[in-house]
Parts: sequence; C-alpha cells; structure tokens
Amino acid sequence: MSTNQISIEAGSAHYKARSLRRFMILLAMGGALFLSFAIDLATGPANYPLSDVIATLLDPWSASDQMRVVIWEIRMPIALMALTVGAALSTAGAQMQTILANPLASPFTLGISAAAGFGAALALVLGVALLPAFVDFIIPINAFVMAMATALIIHFFSRMRGVTVETIVLLGIALVFTFNALLALLQYLASEQALAAVVFWTMGSLVKATWTKVAVTAIAVAIALPLFVRQAWALTALRLGDAKAESFGVNVQGLRLRTMLIVSMLAAIPVSFVGTIGFIGLVGPHIARMLVGEDQRFFLPASVLCGALILSATSVLSKLLIPGAILPIGVITALVGVPFFFSLIFASRRKSW
Amino acid sequence: MVTLRLNDIGTRYGNVQVVSGITTPVIQPGTVTAVIGPNAAGKSSLFKRIAGLAKGTGVVELGTKTKDRNTICYMPQDTGSTAVLTVYESIILAAKQGSSLRVKADELERIDEILAALRISNLSGRNLGELSGGQRQLVAIAQTLVRDPKILLMDEPTSALDLHRQMEVLSFMRDIAKGQNIIVLIAIHDLNHALQYCDQAMAIRDGRMVAFGPCAEVIDRDLLRDVYQVDGHVELNSLGHRHVVLRGPSDQTDSRHDTAILRNPRNETALAAQ
Repeated sequence: MSTNQISIEAGSAHYKARSLRRFMILLAMGGALFLSFAIDLATGPANYPLSDVIATLLDPWSASDQMRVVIWEIRMPIALMALTVGAALSTAGAQMQTILANPLASPFTLGISAAAGFGAALALVLGVALLPAFVDFIIPINAFVMAMATALIIHFFSRMRGVTVETIVLLGIALVFTFNALLALLQYLASEQALAAVVFWTMGSLVKATWTKVAVTAIAVAIALPLFVRQAWALTALRLGDAKAESFGVNVQGLRLRTMLIVSMLAAIPVSFVGTIGFIGLVGPHIARMLVGEDQRFFLPASVLCGALILSATSVLSKLLIPGAILPIGVITALVGVPFFFSLIFASRRKSW
Repeated sequence: MVTLRLNDIGTRYGNVQVVSGITTPVIQPGTVTAVIGPNAAGKSSLFKRIAGLAKGTGVVELGTKTKDRNTICYMPQDTGSTAVLTVYESIILAAKQGSSLRVKADELERIDEILAALRISNLSGRNLGELSGGQRQLVAIAQTLVRDPKILLMDEPTSALDLHRQMEVLSFMRDIAKGQNIIVLIAIHDLNHALQYCDQAMAIRDGRMVAFGPCAEVIDRDLLRDVYQVDGHVELNSLGHRHVVLRGPSDQTDSRHDTAILRNPRNETALAAQ
C-alpha cells in the first residue's frame, strides 16, 4: 500500500515548515512586544526624547533625578503591569476556551472578572474580608476567593449531564448580571470616597501600578505557565473532544479541575490590582489561534505574548488619544479591542474555531 | 506476549448496568475479533471497560505483567472536532501523550509511514474541521496505530467509509493484526464484512455475551433472529464465502426475550476446563 517516496515525506516536511513558521511568528511577536514596551516607556505627559529614555533605562544614575523618577518609578511599573496583566488575562482566557471547548469563554464573559470585582468592592466598601487571616491583602484575596468560587461553579455546572456550550455561556451571562447587580448595590451603599474608588476600579486602570503589584502578577504567571506547559499535550488533546482525549490516556476530569483553579488565580490577581479590563482574555487567545493554531506548545506562548502586546499597545493608546490625559485602559480595550477583533474575524474568514 | 481474556466483566453507565458477566476464552494475538450486536447492546461500554476508561467489575487478563498507557488502545466512535489542528498534528498528539514536548525525527518518520499505509498522506496538512466523516475515521485509525498498541479496540471504525474504503481498511487491519501480532477487536454492523475479514465473533445483546466463536459458527440464522430480530439465513455465495441473506425485520420482536438462547460453545468448554 505504499506510495512514492516524495509524497510519503510530504507530511513531515509540511509539519516542519509549519513549526518553523510558528516559531518565527512567536519571535516577531516578542519583537513587537519589546517595541511596544519601549514606546510605552517613552510616552507620557512629560515629553522626553526617545534617546534620553533609552539612556535612562541603560544607566539610571546618569539621568536627572526627575527623569529617573518618571521613567523608573512612574512609567516602568505601569508598562510592566500592562505586560503581566495582559499575559495573565490572555492565558486565563486561552485555557478557559480550551477546557470548556467554548470560543466565548474568558474571565470577562463568564463572570469571573465580575465576581472578582464584587469581592474587591466588598473590601473597599464594607471592609469585609473573605479570608480573615490575610487582612493586609484584603482586596486581592477577596477578589481571588470570589473568582475561584465562580470558576468552580462554572466547572461543576459544565460537568453536569446535558449541559452544552450554549448553556455555559448563558450561565456566564447570568453570573455577570448577578455580580454587577451586587456591585451596584454596594455602590449604592458606599460612602463618597469608597464609591470613587469602586468606580475608578470598575473602569480598569493601570495608573495605580506599583512594583509589588507587578511582582505578584508576574509570580502568578510564572507559577501558572510551567504547570500548563507540562500538560501541553493533554490540553491540546482536549480540543479533540473528551472521548478522544480519554482514549489517549488523558485524565480529562482532573485536568479540567486543575486548569480551572489555575485560571481563576490568573484571572483574579490582575482584576484585584487593576480592575476589570475586559476583552483581553477573549481577543488575545483568538488572535493567537489565528496565528499559530491550537498546538499548546505554540498556542500558549502566543496567547501570553498576544495578551501582553495588546495591553501594552493599549496602554500607549490611552496616553496618546487625549494628549496630556491618561484614559482608563479598560475603556480603551473595549472601544478599540472589540471592533479590532470583529475586523479580524470577518477579514480572515478562515475557520478558526 | 499479550493475550486477552475477559473474566466476568461488567460495567454501569449511571444507574444502568450496561454490560454484565462477559467471560471469554483467551483471545490470541494475530487475530481479529468482530464484536457484533444491535445498537446500545453495550459494545462501546465493553470496550471502555476493557481499556480501563470505565470502572466496573471483573478482570481483564492480559497474560503479561508489562502494561503501559498504549498497551490497550481504544478508538472511540468519531465525533468530529473544531480544533485548529492539522491531521498531522493530531497524530503527533496521539503519539506524544505523557512524553516530552520535543518531536524527534524518527517519530515523524513513523507518522509519515502510517499515513502512507492508510493512503492519506495527502490529508496531512489539512485542518481537522475540513475533513469528511470518512477521512476523520481514517485519521482516527492513524492516531491509534501510531501508539503501537498490543490490543486494539475499534468502535465502528468503518461506519462512515465508502464500500471500497471499508474493505480496504478491514483488510488492512487484518494484515496489521497478523503482521504485528496484535489483538484487534472491531465493533461492526456489517455481518458480511465480519464473515470475510474477522477470525472470530463475539455477539452481544442487552449487555450480555450470547455467543463467541469462529464467525462461521456465531453468525447464523438463530443469531439474526435472536440478536438482531431479522429474518434471514447464511449461505455460500458464488465465491465460496459465507454470506448473510436478509429477508426483513423479524415478526417476533415482541417475544425476543422469551426466545433468547444462550449459545456460547467456546466459553462453556473454557469454563468447564477450569
């Protein structure tokens, strides 16, 4: 039953070429990310020439005190926060879409961000700590507990017999509405000061970034990624359907639960620091999928880079749209990200889910 | 050498006992066994139980101590996939589960060979979503073969294939079973194909095994009536092959439980020998 030699090797040749191309795409995305990060550092109300910014980056003590503070203490945490938050949310979205077999899954669309937001508002408005042991980190811990609880609700609901992809989306919408209503109730009860904090927070903004917040978010991503990489083959196999993945020897239920727990951490931590920044978790993985497909060895890094790049570029936009003002980044991601996303879907016309 | 013997195998789906008390003689390597029976007879559940994917009672005896994740491979009925993966990637995926992220040159070579043997090299760069039902079944067979199983459980692998491909695949699987000395169990509806390509047959109805033995002994007028509720008989065709001739649905469908005959000659002798 053999055919000629050329066509036999066509499969592996095609695969190798494809893998190389994907590797190049990842490199290009890395390059674009670095560029965007540099521009992010160079833009802001204080107009410094790019060459001075680079000089300050390379040798902080050669620059003026003012310049050093602006670049290293103000702009750098914000720029890094954009990278880490973008990476975390996009990774969370990518793995939610994978384990729920649902192109509409993301922390934002399934109510995990809204739950985290409600948890944070509980702390901001009422001072309620959901885990009394950690009062110093009351806002992120509250956000995390609520996000985790919601992720588990979605997880167990998705395991029930007869539950379809559409049911999960409906459940997500119900959760979003529920938590938004609860958040509105808290806003109604809140003092003027607390209200301002909650409103600012629900818009999503990077300007309150600190080195500590950057570090915590980066650590969350650094913990999650190796765990996902180790399961790269199994997670990819999930996309072939449960029956097929099981027949390959994948413990489907266990993998889903573990992944959902990591995802809720990845979604909750950024939300607790920078508020609800929507659509990164939805758009990032979709762009990654269009570029490199769904082999997790490429899809995972591509999702990370995509999310980081989108939020970094949005951070630049938020400073440029109205000169002298920094718009809340959550507003920009929604206003710019969504039409961009649709244009991608309609332009490519390629079946990418 | 891996052999297979089922000892009082049973399994449930939810609260329903879908397979119970299935005991077979030792199934030898190099053989193809047709698993036959009507829809919902318990064929898929039996396969999942054998592969360890469903919990249940009884013992799956392999005649060997060394067993890994690829010793018994179950090929489920195809459900399709929307994944943005090529055929080639999906086969790598089957081969690499539980091992390193790096794909070596000899692994690629082996996949090339399997695709060529199944004559689907031309599909390797296609996305899974673009395949027809028949093409998906061929890809699923490649995904199973690449794991180098010792026992291969195929759940209706030819249901979406055209006539030519059905015969090609069954004859290919028979060659694989003989050539690589492995055990192949195929759940199949076409009894003529079972007669032509399989060494023996296991007939299942309502989760119980009602017959096990050479195809010529198992597939007969009684089986058609009792297991499938159809009127028909088996005769020799002009090529000298046994051939099922069907007349139509049996009139006795209502009383099928009364007329059930447990015919299990091999099994009884095997049990008696113990």
